[in-house]
Amino acid sequence: MKRFGFLSWALLFGYAFLYVPIALLVVFSFNESRLVTVWSGFSTKWYAELLHNDALLDAAFLSFQVAAVSATLSVLLGTCAGLALTRFGRFRGRTLFGGMITAPLVMPEVITGLSLLLLFVAMEQWLGWPDGRGVTTITIAHTTFTMSYVAVVIQSRLAGMDGSLEEAAMDLGARPAKVFFVITLPLIAPALVAGWLLAFTLSLDDVVVASFVSGPGSTTLPMVIFSSVKFGISPQINALATLMVLVVATGIFVASIVMARQERQRKRDEQMAIQNG
Amino acid sequence: MAGQPIRKPTRLEPWQDAGQTPYVRIEKVTKTFGDFVAVDEVSLSIYRNEFFALLGGSGSGKTTLLRMLAGFEQPTEGKIYIDGVDMAGIPPYERPVNMMFQSYALFPHMTVEQNVAFGLKQDGVAKAEIRDRVTEMLGMVQLSAFGKRRPHQLSGGQRQRVALARSLVKRPKLLLLDEPLGALDKKLRERTQFELVNIQEKLGVTFIVVTHDQEEAMTMSSRIAVMNHGVIAQVGTPTEIYEYPHNRFVAEFIGSINMFDGRVVSTEGDQVLVASEEAGCELLIAHATPAPAGSPVSVAIRPEKIALSKEPLAGGDGRNQTTGIVREIAYLGDVSIYLVQLPTGKTVRVTAPNITRRTEMPITWEDEVTLTWRPFAGVVLTQ
Amino acid sequence: MRTVVSVLVSGLSRIGLWGRGVVVAIPYLWLLLFFMVPFLIVFGISFSESIIAQPPYSSLVEWLTDEDAGTSKLQILLNISNYFRLGGDDLYILAYLNSLRIAAVTTLMCLAIGYPMAYAIAKADPARRGPLMMLVILPFWTSFLIRIYAWIGILKGNGVISNLLEWVGITSGPVEILYSDWAVYIGMTYCYLPFMVLPLYSTLEKMDPSLLEAAADLGSRPFKSFLSITLPLSLPGIIAGSLLVFIPAVGEFVTPELLGGPDTLMIGRVLWNEFFANRDWPVASAVAIALLLVLVVPIMIFQHVQGKQAEAGR
Repeated sequence: MKRFGFLSWALLFGYAFLYVPIALLVVFSFNESRLVTVWSGFSTKWYAELLHNDALLDAAFLSFQVAAVSATLSVLLGTCAGLALTRFGRFRGRTLFGGMITAPLVMPEVITGLSLLLLFVAMEQWLGWPDGRGVTTITIAHTTFTMSYVAVVIQSRLAGMDGSLEEAAMDLGARPAKVFFVITLPLIAPALVAGWLLAFTLSLDDVVVASFVSGPGSTTLPMVIFSSVKFGISPQINALATLMVLVVATGIFVASIVMARQERQRKRDEQMAIQNG
Repeated sequence: MAGQPIRKPTRLEPWQDAGQTPYVRIEKVTKTFGDFVAVDEVSLSIYRNEFFALLGGSGSGKTTLLRMLAGFEQPTEGKIYIDGVDMAGIPPYERPVNMMFQSYALFPHMTVEQNVAFGLKQDGVAKAEIRDRVTEMLGMVQLSAFGKRRPHQLSGGQRQRVALARSLVKRPKLLLLDEPLGALDKKLRERTQFELVNIQEKLGVTFIVVTHDQEEAMTMSSRIAVMNHGVIAQVGTPTEIYEYPHNRFVAEFIGSINMFDGRVVSTEGDQVLVASEEAGCELLIAHATPAPAGSPVSVAIRPEKIALSKEPLAGGDGRNQTTGIVREIAYLGDVSIYLVQLPTGKTVRVTAPNITRRTEMPITWEDEVTLTWRPFAGVVLTQ
Repeated sequence: MRTVVSVLVSGLSRIGLWGRGVVVAIPYLWLLLFFMVPFLIVFGISFSESIIAQPPYSSLVEWLTDEDAGTSKLQILLNISNYFRLGGDDLYILAYLNSLRIAAVTTLMCLAIGYPMAYAIAKADPARRGPLMMLVILPFWTSFLIRIYAWIGILKGNGVISNLLEWVGITSGPVEILYSDWAVYIGMTYCYLPFMVLPLYSTLEKMDPSLLEAAADLGSRPFKSFLSITLPLSLPGIIAGSLLVFIPAVGEFVTPELLGGPDTLMIGRVLWNEFFANRDWPVASAVAIALLLVLVVPIMIFQHVQGKQAEAGR
């Protein structure tokens, strides 16, 4: 950029808008005082308190469990859905299927939560299952709304893949199931990982749907944060938030370094190929 | 036409021998996608060891036909027999056919060796044998040193050879090639044409090549099927297709050609006399299919078969001879192209080799010239 | 051994045939059971009556058995009073209008901040674009709740903004922005900004820079070129981004609940209160159906625009 013009200022303002709140959050997690807005000295005591907050730790454990299971289920279901939508051509009910896959993306969370709760209540009434609400119902609910995101990610990867790769494998004698496991799956692996992480994050982030479908004794981490934030701010939440930001930032940082390295390697290889060609 | 057939003709070609059974038989095959008819009642017989080209523009149905042979598409109607076996319902992985894809479709997560070995692995071939055959195949395509590379570490030409090796390693009786040279640059394409023909002759595999490049089809193939809108316009050897086009489409699709509309005056044996106002003279054509007097026909004459001269020709019967004015000259080095306008307004294209080296052209813009050609230069095309 | 293998192989190929069926059936059935059926249940319960029971709604279908005649008949009771209540009570109408207004303001604010950002990134050096976009998306990966929470400390009385204004000397006492519509606008703009920047960036980045060069060559000044070339060509991105912000913003619950005041009524909040505080499930269901009806039009536009984009991309 030649001069620091309007665009640069706009960009700067945008990034400040995005990052200053997070930065303040982190800074005040090390504040001595309970008042999180007035600096009164450096302290890590809120982190220590966090470690002794059993309710919060239990909720965190539960949330990670739900997120891991529902993300895995989402990837399985989303892969099937993505394959069905990109590779199977027309089949009966495809339009309804496509609609049901994308609808949860735009469905307000309150409706998703309410409708699933009503389903679980009705099922319990008619079938006697699920017996009350808890981890199982939260996991099912999270799987349902995260699988749509996963399906979209995998679908776009499959659609972007050269379809003749699978045809070539079949032409060379591989049966469809084998083609899927030996060719398709390795090639869409990055999308599977991305989809899993997305589903995991969405599940770990959800408070509305979980509030509807959880039962006594199954409080997730966002639900704990939500109720404590409603009563006002607490430095412990700042400390927790800082840890979460740290984890995400580290993850993204590592991922981008790995990706950048792969990109450089690919460029080098191509250069070499041109010279040898 | 630059392409000269590079295969030596044998005494009796299989398609001329009634005793031969075709290796691939396509019988009245139709393929529709919704309302669109991609292939329309096509019948073809292709024989063992042929190098057969399906030539046509985009949307002519050539690729669909190829994909039906490979088993990726099922014919809507009609039958395909390979080696006498009806292919209906047989999936691609059970057909005795391999295909080389236009995009090469090399598996990006496998090395060159793994790519080539893939097909043999599917058949459960013993490990030692796989190794030997892969080594042999890579040797044949001159890629022995590149076995451990990944596809993205190869140049375009190398990738093309890996794709060829991969599709040949299973020793298929029939190899389908979809625009095999399409992604290569001009120089490399010419060299690879010869390589492909050599490999085909050495291994004795039947090749069916889909291409849109007429020169490529002319140079490599034993026979060509020209396709247009899902229909086969003509099947024949490169010479037949070029010298004896059956219809206007083939005549105009292959090379360039001059067309004169006219009416048949008389037929004597296989000599046809045509009166054409457009040409400004009577046209005598030898070796033509007889046509009734008075019927409308087109006479097609290749530009290189017309001679140009500045001096008016003395004598002659006035047939196959007309005059015009040179409007454009394109100097291409080896030949020059002249566009000559006849008094009727018709523009005739003439190519003449530049036999002598001189900076000053003997014929130049706005010269009045005489055009002449021999009776066997023209082809009569009925409407 | 060979026979075992061949039996296995032929078995597998048979699996291959119905394997496709299974691959479709699993997600299909899951969605039918956990998406379609719940939706129909919500629709059904919106026509029932609230009663004090477990579960707290009346059954729509009843078998009435007439002991004397020895017959029985199926009776379906559809109670549309819930919908009349929505139409008749100012609270609900106000909540709907408020939701639309807040979502619209949020969308405009996202556009105002997001467009220059997307434009600047699209104009940046190609090697820098990836990291710059990454920085926009990065906050999306951190918890939504945490990001809303961050604003509480900034917006409240005695918060960061309040203290800053006091320190500069503009105000003399604490300023409370929290618990107002403005707090909700800011919070929602903050959360939904990436959804606006992403589609804008992808349309602006794809634009051929030679178009602007051609305009300049033909005598158009940069700002004029922006108005007559860039802006119209980025319209699909503007529409897609606006809908991506607007649609979820209408049904938003967490932000108005945490940052809004008691009178910042939004439809998601009303639904939540009907359900959790009043335990009136039928009315909550009717609110949900009405919310969906509000969203149908923008969702249809969105699908239409996406469809056209997909076609153009081909």
